[in-house]
Amino acid sequence: MSADDTQPTLVVEDLQTHFFTKAGIARAVDGVSFTVGRGEVMGLVGESGSGKSVTGFSLIDLVDPPGEIVGGRILFQGEDLVTASEERMQQLRGNRIAMIFQDPMMTLNPVLRIDTQMIETIHAHDPKVPKEEARRRSRDALGQVGIPSPDERLRAYPHQFSGGMRQRVAIAIALLNKPDLIIADEPTTALDVTIQGQILFEAQKLCRETGTALIWITHDLAVVAGLADTISVMYGGRIVEQGAIDDVLDHPVHPYTRGLLGSVPGHNTRGQRLYQIPGMAPSLLSLPQGCAFKARCPDADAACEARPEIDEPVAGRRVRCFHPHLEAAQ
Amino acid sequence: MTVFIIRRLMQSIAVMFVMSFLVFGGVNLVGDPTEIFLNDEATEEERQQTIRAMGLDKPWYIQYGKFIGNAVQGDLGKSFVYSEPALGIITERMPATFELALAALVLAVVFGIPLGVFAGLKPESGISKAVMAGSILGFSLPTFWVGLMFIMVFAVMLGWLPSTGRGETASLFGIEVSFLTFDGLTHLFLPALNLALFKISLVIRLARAGTREVVHQDYIKFARAKGLTTRRVIFVHLMKNIMIPVVTVLGLEFGGLIAFSVVTETVFAWPGMGKLIIDSIQTLDRPVIVAYLMIIVVVFVVINLIVDVLYSILDPRVRLQDVKA
Amino acid sequence: MSEAIDSTAEAPGTAANVGVETPFRRFVSDFFDSKVASAAAVVLGGIVFIAVFAPWISPQNPYDLAQVSILDSKLVPGAKSMEGWTFWLGTDGAGRDLLSAMFYGLRISLGVGVMSGIVAMCIGAAIGLAAAYFGGRVDTLIMRIVDIQLSFPAILVALILLALLGKGVDKIIVALIIVQWAYYARTVRGSALVERNKEYIEAATCLALGHNRIVFRHMLPNCLPPLIVVGTIQTAHAISLEATLSFLGVGLPISEPSLGLLIANGFDYMLSGKYWISFFPGVALLITIVSINLVGDQLRDVLNPRLQR
Repeated sequence: MSADDTQPTLVVEDLQTHFFTKAGIARAVDGVSFTVGRGEVMGLVGESGSGKSVTGFSLIDLVDPPGEIVGGRILFQGEDLVTASEERMQQLRGNRIAMIFQDPMMTLNPVLRIDTQMIETIHAHDPKVPKEEARRRSRDALGQVGIPSPDERLRAYPHQFSGGMRQRVAIAIALLNKPDLIIADEPTTALDVTIQGQILFEAQKLCRETGTALIWITHDLAVVAGLADTISVMYGGRIVEQGAIDDVLDHPVHPYTRGLLGSVPGHNTRGQRLYQIPGMAPSLLSLPQGCAFKARCPDADAACEARPEIDEPVAGRRVRCFHPHLEAAQ
Repeated sequence: MTVFIIRRLMQSIAVMFVMSFLVFGGVNLVGDPTEIFLNDEATEEERQQTIRAMGLDKPWYIQYGKFIGNAVQGDLGKSFVYSEPALGIITERMPATFELALAALVLAVVFGIPLGVFAGLKPESGISKAVMAGSILGFSLPTFWVGLMFIMVFAVMLGWLPSTGRGETASLFGIEVSFLTFDGLTHLFLPALNLALFKISLVIRLARAGTREVVHQDYIKFARAKGLTTRRVIFVHLMKNIMIPVVTVLGLEFGGLIAFSVVTETVFAWPGMGKLIIDSIQTLDRPVIVAYLMIIVVVFVVINLIVDVLYSILDPRVRLQDVKA
Repeated sequence: MSEAIDSTAEAPGTAANVGVETPFRRFVSDFFDSKVASAAAVVLGGIVFIAVFAPWISPQNPYDLAQVSILDSKLVPGAKSMEGWTFWLGTDGAGRDLLSAMFYGLRISLGVGVMSGIVAMCIGAAIGLAAAYFGGRVDTLIMRIVDIQLSFPAILVALILLALLGKGVDKIIVALIIVQWAYYARTVRGSALVERNKEYIEAATCLALGHNRIVFRHMLPNCLPPLIVVGTIQTAHAISLEATLSFLGVGLPISEPSLGLLIANGFDYMLSGKYWISFFPGVALLITIVSINLVGDQLRDVLNPRLQR
């Protein structure tokens, strides 16, 4: 089921996912667009409450009520997933598109064995695979993510694994059916730094080798810096800056991205006060009119009462701002 | 695993000893002990004779020892009313009560779990709300009154089902059971339903609460993200997780069913242990009361033990803890 | 998960809720959010009213032999008495007006249930607090006893106690109290333990506040919500249990006829079709228990911090 190499794996156009709660409508994803090509790694960066996880869940239609996708298109290898039936989505999930969750402690079902949870993933998409072969593939997948003595581990239960191991198992499960796209929702946030480094390294290797596209959702710029090819920065449910990783990190254009980078400790000199973006991220229930960032932006003025649209000042670079620092871009 | 079982067995035996001591103490310290084994019309001489014969003039620990010694051999005194060994009278009636309790348990599971899971998965639907309202009614309704109403409606007004008694029985491994004959089934149905009503409501609420909690867990979402069919997610991932609390509670409630059969048996004149104990309390047939208490204690302790073992089998986190330790 | 829809944070500058919103007020408004629970609360109020004022609002005092005539017996609902007024719900086997008998019966059922409940609550709460506060061996011992008692069904414990104690109102109340205290003890101990491990108790201990003060002024208020919830539901159970015991003939004596006894009296007449003698008292019992349970349910939802938005 592989498309031609030139077609990007995923094209998202103006995706909107809203939560219809008693307290009002939370526009968690409010017009998000991006493209991920074959074998490409995109970092989706934003703080808590920016809508990045919901974006990830929207891609495979796993948003729980009261949320629902209200607009936009999700073109996976040319097929629009927004209009796809639940049956079609079940065919794609775990098969052509896989997802890795944030908290490894609760991702695996505590009362089922590891092999059960792996073999069922294979059988869900190809029931004819003989049990022994499914087992073998599971064992190989465990080995691939660096779990020692995979045979014993297969018969174990999740609570017998540490957090890092469980996350590796989750990654192994994601890889079982050799998907074309992996969505990783802050997979290393709950793990300690050394494990994080290992997993990042292996992820990168994987994408290079197999041509799997990867969306890495995170709030941690450092993680993204070493791993991604492109980066999309989210704020208040919208993408505010997008581009190749080095471009954006070395020459940020949007005031928010500049603020984020400015507050990274490495950028400051010793003894100097750490820079902090003033104020707090807005609640998705009560996003301000116009630009979502204006309350905290040093450059805001009357123009920012209107909602900025996405501009593409330089090829491959996009920004949503009335006062972008264009002198920084190349 | 075996260590676990042995440990629980020891605990169970300890509890049985404590309870036997309490029963002994209750019977002998509350009220005149001679009354228990004598009729009210005994003369003073007979009374003294009995006291000596029963060793009541000896210190209490010797009496207690004798009590236990007799009990272990199966001698728990003779019923006043029936003039037969109390233990025998009770064991004769045990199958009837157990059958009733089991039937009620089956009904509770068959009706309760599907309804509860449904209500948990679709809490906003009209059916779910009706089910939940029904469940509140189910455990608010006093069982005895519902039994009366059942008889009223189904036996007197409609004439569909018999109102009292056990009907025909067939023999299964030497025990008389009702469910193997059609007549027996018609007699079994109403009392079993009556007894089960409370439990069905309980199971519905448990299953619903369990479902609501489990359905939001990450592992359910992850199962869906793997592309598993909805059916597999519900029947394998969800069910296995809610079964643990449901089974535990049901197991413990089985003891409650046996106890509560007292009411149903009285209303439907079902010839089980429960009716016996009520009659015995009314007629002050104390040996039977004592015997019943001892047997109930044993039954309960055994049930608790079985449930504990079952729980550790079902929940791998508990089972494998022991192995590590 | 990483995405928390922040519904409680407010952007700076928006007007805060004006007016005094004490926790109590919020509790009351949350409670009456549910129409079902509100209706149940009203019904319950009505029942309590009837129970308290029964002697004054009943058409007849059914236990005053001068007012009752055997000629009136077993009349259908709506029939007229010898004196010309209506027996709205019919009469029982001895000619007593069923409606009046029910009012008096409610009084007794409710009275016994509530009284035993309150005493059991006090005793159970005290023991539970003690167990949580002193911890260690005291706690283990108390909880062992609680566990053993709770592993036996209430009706069994009640039957045993009554078999040993004999008949009489006071003995029933004692039996009901003994049956119920364990629930309260366990509930209170559970929430008290949670409180105990919180830092403010450590702080209070460091300040060398006396045991009494710490327990009653600090731990107890935080244990109240679950206690209230358990209290309502346990009261419903107590009332149901007393009715069951009276029905079985081992409960309240004939001189204090609760609803259970009324139903038992009607048992004999059922097979001949005179259903109302058992039916109406049962309905009264049912309504009482259902309203208490509905109120208790709503209380639990409102007071449960986990279910808060």
